[in-house]
Amino acid sequence: MRYIEPHAHMVSRTTDDYLAMATAGCQAVCEPAFWAGFDRGSVDGFHDYFRQLTEYEPKRAAKFGLAHYCWLCLNPKEAEDLKLAEEVIAIIPEFLGRPTVLGIGEIGLNKNSRNELAVFEKHVDLAARHNQLILIHTPHLEDKLKGTKLIVDSLKADGRVAPGRVIIDHVEEHTIQLVLDGGFWEGMTLYPESKCTAARAADMVEMYGGERLWMNSACDWGVSVPLAVPRAALEMRLRGHAPDAVENLVYRNPLRFLSQSNHFKCD
Amino acid sequence: MTHRMKRELVTDLYFMEARAKMIDLAAFFDRVDRAEGTDDFRLSALRQALQELNSGHPDRAKRVLLRLSDPTTEPLPAATTKAACGAWPGAK
Repeated sequence: MRYIEPHAHMVSRTTDDYLAMATAGCQAVCEPAFWAGFDRGSVDGFHDYFRQLTEYEPKRAAKFGLAHYCWLCLNPKEAEDLKLAEEVIAIIPEFLGRPTVLGIGEIGLNKNSRNELAVFEKHVDLAARHNQLILIHTPHLEDKLKGTKLIVDSLKADGRVAPGRVIIDHVEEHTIQLVLDGGFWEGMTLYPESKCTAARAADMVEMYGGERLWMNSACDWGVSVPLAVPRAALEMRLRGHAPDAVENLVYRNPLRFLSQSNHFKCD
Repeated sequence: MTHRMKRELVTDLYFMEARAKMIDLAAFFDRVDRAEGTDDFRLSALRQALQELNSGHPDRAKRVLLRLSDPTTEPLPAATTKAACGAWPGAK
């Protein structure tokens, strides 16, 4: 079955993962900018990272027949340093014209602090000024509910943001309705321990519908599964969902959202 | 998308997994009770959330998540850690 992996941190993964994803039917992989596991020390560190995402990683993916796209930002985990955040946001426009850049992301909140919210809003402003798609990370565990509410309220207060051009990722049962009510796209992240399992993702599809939805593995350097999306597709087939309905979720939906960027091509 | 499974299929697909998780959860609380010390906020929150499993509400997963969530609405003055721990420290 064809699928698109709309959220994967491939710089943290091996070529074995690229091979497995391509073998499983992956047509394209999209990589949001991410925290490195430690705080980068300077804007130059981000400049190098953005070059890695836009120059090197597409070539590595291409060796396995996969198109590679990326999103750019400073991650909310590094947003307490406002000066660094402003410096990083200032260099992003020089990369936005590169042919594999899809937009601004994954921005959002981590611990729901004032500085995180300020940096989130600066990123949204950047996206609005450059007419970019937005990919949003919602916080982990006990912080997700509050963070999702703060994010949705902030987006609603900015009259320039078209909800159909924003995907709010990592929804769970207690936040999905908030996202849907705002008219945004929702992302479900399939993790073995946190966020949501394939079974819970299928539950939410059955309860809330799958019109503005994608599923992703968000695989990175932590506990995560690069083949989580095709495994969720299998789970839905076992539950009796028609193949065409499953392909809508894992291929046509991300294709529909991402094709709002002129850079995204997936034949 | 409208899709409803038969209860027999749900049971066939997920009973063994749910059984294993329930036994693991029971063993976890047995382990906690054998250990020295008292509950911190995480364990207290988990014991509270357990009540939802037998509540009969149709949205148990959501209600468990809400019980484990920070219910406040104002941004924090500053982030003093990057990590989340799974339960809200301010819960009583």
